[in-house]
Amino acid sequence: MEASTLLDWIVAALVLVGAAFSLIGSLGLLRMPDIFTRLHGPSKATTIGIGSMLVASALYMSFRGPGLSLHEFMISLFIAITTPVGSHLLAKAARHRRLPGAEGWSTDGDQPRNK
Amino acid sequence: MLSHAIDIALALLGMSLALALLRLMRGPDVIDRILALDTLYVNSAAMLVVYGLRLGADRYYEAALLIAMLGFITTVVLSKFLTRGDVIE
Repeated sequence: MEASTLLDWIVAALVLVGAAFSLIGSLGLLRMPDIFTRLHGPSKATTIGIGSMLVASALYMSFRGPGLSLHEFMISLFIAITTPVGSHLLAKAARHRRLPGAEGWSTDGDQPRNK
Repeated sequence: MLSHAIDIALALLGMSLALALLRLMRGPDVIDRILALDTLYVNSAAMLVVYGLRLGADRYYEAALLIAMLGFITTVVLSKFLTRGDVIE
């Protein structure tokens, strides 16, 4: 197999896997029953998805472009750092507003800490 | 072959944008809407990266980086506002 064909296959697989992960994350966002489970889809699957697509872009640009292309990893590093922080703040806000959980468990006994 | 794969990936990303948009319109609470908006930001950054890959252009990643940063700042500011009633105390 020629080297450029192999590169095309690898990049295509990475892009497709990343897009499928993003779709699964958004599907979880739409289908999950309450806000605390809905946080899972975008914060995990979408992070993996965009990371995979950025690896594909870095590979392709490194082999086809003028030189080594590593600035894509800046976006993946940024997203990998900031997504947990945003999810944590969203979960704190949801508990502060006393949003109900799904059927089967509740947050009734929880007292929000007063500061 | 690669261009077909990128087209399929763009279609999948468009479908995930549509699902997040549905949650944005339906969301029972404002927290769900913020979460859907965050997902929209991340997915559109991914879509810009894939589109730049399709064009073979190196410029789109800066727009994707900007969108990712603005999405994070929006999420943090909105949830801080909902928790505290104020953004900067």
